[in-house]
Amino acid sequence: MKDTDTGQPPFITLGNVAKRWSNGVTVLDGIRLEAARGDFISLIGPSGCGKSTLLRLLSGLTPISGGTVTIDGMAPVAAREIMSFIFQDATLLPWRTVQGNVELGLELAGNTTAAARREACDGLLRLVGLSDVAGHYPRQLSGGMKMRVSIARALATRPKLLLMDEPFGALDEMTRDFLNEEVLRLREVDRFTTFFVTHSVAEAVFLSTRILVMSAKPGRVAREIAVPFPFPRTSALRSAPEFLERVGEVSAALRTVKGAH
Amino acid sequence: MKKLLKEAAWPAAVFLAVLALWQGACTVFRIPPYVLPSPPQVFATVVERHANLVAAFRITAVEAVGGYLMSIVVGVLVALVFAQSPVVRRSLFPYTILLQTVPIVAVAPLILMWFKSGASSVMLVAFIICVFPIIANTTQGLISVPRNLVDLFAMANASRASQLLKLRLPHALPSLFVGLRISAGLSVIGAITGELFASSNAVGEGGLGYSITYANSQLQTDYLFALVITTSVMGCLFFFTVTGLEWLCLRHWHESAMKVDAD
Repeated sequence: MKDTDTGQPPFITLGNVAKRWSNGVTVLDGIRLEAARGDFISLIGPSGCGKSTLLRLLSGLTPISGGTVTIDGMAPVAAREIMSFIFQDATLLPWRTVQGNVELGLELAGNTTAAARREACDGLLRLVGLSDVAGHYPRQLSGGMKMRVSIARALATRPKLLLMDEPFGALDEMTRDFLNEEVLRLREVDRFTTFFVTHSVAEAVFLSTRILVMSAKPGRVAREIAVPFPFPRTSALRSAPEFLERVGEVSAALRTVKGAH
Repeated sequence: MKKLLKEAAWPAAVFLAVLALWQGACTVFRIPPYVLPSPPQVFATVVERHANLVAAFRITAVEAVGGYLMSIVVGVLVALVFAQSPVVRRSLFPYTILLQTVPIVAVAPLILMWFKSGASSVMLVAFIICVFPIIANTTQGLISVPRNLVDLFAMANASRASQLLKLRLPHALPSLFVGLRISAGLSVIGAITGELFASSNAVGEGGLGYSITYANSQLQTDYLFALVITTSVMGCLFFFTVTGLEWLCLRHWHESAMKVDAD
């Protein structure tokens, strides 16, 4: 939508995307969406609305049943080279150190030397403040630290698109707020486009440029709410009246969606 | 160290109590030594015939370790095949259960009849008894990788080979060690069983199993006890070697090794 004035095709286009399971249940239907580079799009909605499925369709981990998905001119599977997926849990390899985990993506891509990987990861660990625990194993870390390692690992390949599936859902509120700020800080360094699935309205408003409120059975985009606050955003935004107003608006939209079923 | 002594105190007390009961039974019921030798008699025999015991230990250890190593190589390879597809697994797994359920005492004489009676046949018996726990546990480990981790590798466009080397095999390592621990003890049982049947054709090749049959037929009950003790020592030695190796490999990251690691 936002790229139209520059005359370039949008970074991501979803054209009438549908997903049906093999048992005939339609999870997603008629999803039309365009995303510009740098967009931070949150998907929010009742459970079963297919928001996580939409993320998996973008990643190509789940194939679409109808419509088209184009990411930077490519089909999802081909576009994997420019995207990273951050899962609900940290999904670290327990037998690798923090350093080893962060290096994994580059290692699997296979076009870097060990020294280059180490250097890239050192920089990233400094950026997320984990240099001190580079040699630690995941079991020695708290839940929040594990998630930061997971984020560092996802960013190590310098993705243009970041897919985050409710990554902070299991964390306490303080850690969650802290990591929200962390994500925005990292976004200032490397302006990736993000799709972010969440259940938290405040989190969605704090992070996003656009919020898609989804309805269930079948999953559709019921409403889109723009969040116009400028970046960089700081924790002070959370107590600003316009922030709370926007949270109220999204919550109301979410209630109407839920009320419809 | 103090904690270790405390830990060892109760088992040691039980050991002494059993020795006392044993000695008591020998004295009170005047049991003849060819039925039940007393603890000092057994101890004297161990000292006196230690050269024979060591020689027998060596022969049996080579057979047991040989069969064990064979079972690791074959077991892991079979598990890798099984992990490739559910169809392969479903069609072949029932036959590996046969390996576990067919009584080894029935199979051992057949093997020694079909193949040349000797150390390699005994190894084969040990192998048969060892291989199932390794196949079953390693397969379980290979196929139980969390879906998110598989997706993570898919997102990185990881090849099948690197998925195997960097994800499935490391993830299966703790399960493999469960199999290795079970089979460590079984390998000794397998080698002894094999020798029981090998002895009739190959007199003089005296491993522990062979010596047990011999001692039994000669009513050298004290020597029989010494051999049984030697066999137990071998089993424990194998078990603790594998447990130590497991700790070395898993100490950093796996729960099973963490318990020992905890301070």
